[in-house]
Amino acid sequence: MSVLTSGDHPDTAPGATANGANAAAVDLGPATALSCRECGERFPLGPIFACTSCFGPLEIAYDFPADGPEALRARIAAGPNNIWRYAPLLPVPADVAEHPNLNPGCTPLVRADRLAAELGITGELHIKDDSGNPTHSFKDRVVANAVEAARAFGFTTLSCSSTGNLAGAVGAAAARAGLRSCVFIPHDLEQGKVVMAAVYGGDLVAIEGTYDDVNRFCSELIGDPIGEGWGFVNVNLRPYYAEGSKTLAYEICEQLGWKLPDQLVIPIASGSQLTKIDKGLKELIQLGLVEDRPYRIFGAQAEGCSPVSRAFKDGHDVVRPVKPDTIAKSLAIGNPADGPYVLDIARRTGGAVEDVNDEQIVAAIRLLARTEGIFAETAGGVTVGVTRKLLAAGVLDPSATTVVLNTGDGLKTLDAVAGTTGPSATIRPNLDSFREAGLA
Amino acid sequence: MSVTVRIPTILRTYTDGRSEVTAEGGTLQEVLADLDRNHQGIAARVLDDDGRLRRFVNVYVNDDDVRFTEGLATPTPDGAGVSIIPAVAGGAR
Repeated sequence: MSVLTSGDHPDTAPGATANGANAAAVDLGPATALSCRECGERFPLGPIFACTSCFGPLEIAYDFPADGPEALRARIAAGPNNIWRYAPLLPVPADVAEHPNLNPGCTPLVRADRLAAELGITGELHIKDDSGNPTHSFKDRVVANAVEAARAFGFTTLSCSSTGNLAGAVGAAAARAGLRSCVFIPHDLEQGKVVMAAVYGGDLVAIEGTYDDVNRFCSELIGDPIGEGWGFVNVNLRPYYAEGSKTLAYEICEQLGWKLPDQLVIPIASGSQLTKIDKGLKELIQLGLVEDRPYRIFGAQAEGCSPVSRAFKDGHDVVRPVKPDTIAKSLAIGNPADGPYVLDIARRTGGAVEDVNDEQIVAAIRLLARTEGIFAETAGGVTVGVTRKLLAAGVLDPSATTVVLNTGDGLKTLDAVAGTTGPSATIRPNLDSFREAGLA
Repeated sequence: MSVTVRIPTILRTYTDGRSEVTAEGGTLQEVLADLDRNHQGIAARVLDDDGRLRRFVNVYVNDDDVRFTEGLATPTPDGAGVSIIPAVAGGAR
């Protein structure tokens, strides 16, 4: 039944899990094991995230269905109108759609002809608008997968380190699933994100430091007895959580009629989303769901936190951490864990990594809103801004089919644009006053 | 000079399960060497074959990521806290 394995490696040394999880007792659908992305060592499915030999990140190894592309397409088409239609390709049990979960996904792929005209794009331009998820960012996709892993491992508390969007997604998903939540954020986040993270009733802890400080704190907490029974979605559940980003690749291709786009522009925070979209595209090719043809992946960062862009331009294959200073707080990870993999992917696919400054981010948010009626959060301003910059530099092909990601809702980052836009006029409630304002 | 070293879960097989141990040394390099004398094999988990910090390990001396300071030559003053943390965590947005 199983012929195709993703993330497989000939070295199948068993290795013990730190938490003693038993693979036989865990039903996570097609997921069979954890495999180190660096050295290939394998581990039973469990709440672990780093290789005991080399500290490399662990990834899910699968036995995918082997019933051929037509049958798989039909299975997907018959599935629910959310990410669980792709359950045969995710580390989740077959009956996942029956569990209480936020059921994100199937967000619009918007054909952006007016934006294309402004940018000088002659091919198809699409915005994958993930602001339509339940908590208005792509984070619902990854958290939904983490919730299933948390259930499988018997965790009762859901937690994370977050720059805001993830905190809200975890709070909401925990509320829906009936789990306790306790999430950690830097103390200086946008108010909208803080309120949204807190409203679901879980514990929200603001830490005096940057996101990287919060992350370090959580890594230490997880090794402490306090953290026992806690599922940190982006730490000890990270291998399962990260797989949720593959659904962006699946959806984009299905929405294009099971075709690969030629070019994708993807924001980079830790780099996990970009690497998993690439993984998802490769899986679709392996499974025969799309034709095997080249695609190019472009990464987008904010200038004030651009360690991956810097490394790409300098020709390095490792990333030197930076201290973030940008309005794009959702991308403000100065020490991006998947940075080296992003560099590999951009180079392998003939893509690039570029950055834009805060002024360009705001201009791009307004451009997207004005041309397509999509109000993006700052991360969307980063991708649209980088698209514009790469087109001007002749790096992006204007005649190709291009997909640009917007991963969050502009209502979350109102402060970024509040000072640049507002009423055209303030008038008295009569026609003369309206005429005088020159708007009639 | 004596420092405290926080050991991540995946390295505690080398420290009899202890999450914190003490080590001697005036730089991170010396601390890791001393750690390895008392917990043989642990340094090879943190350093690669060329003796550099592995790509997916973050080490902090007090609150500073040593990649921002002097790497393995970072001074470790008496009473300092050294934390060894897998770098994989990250990616919250």
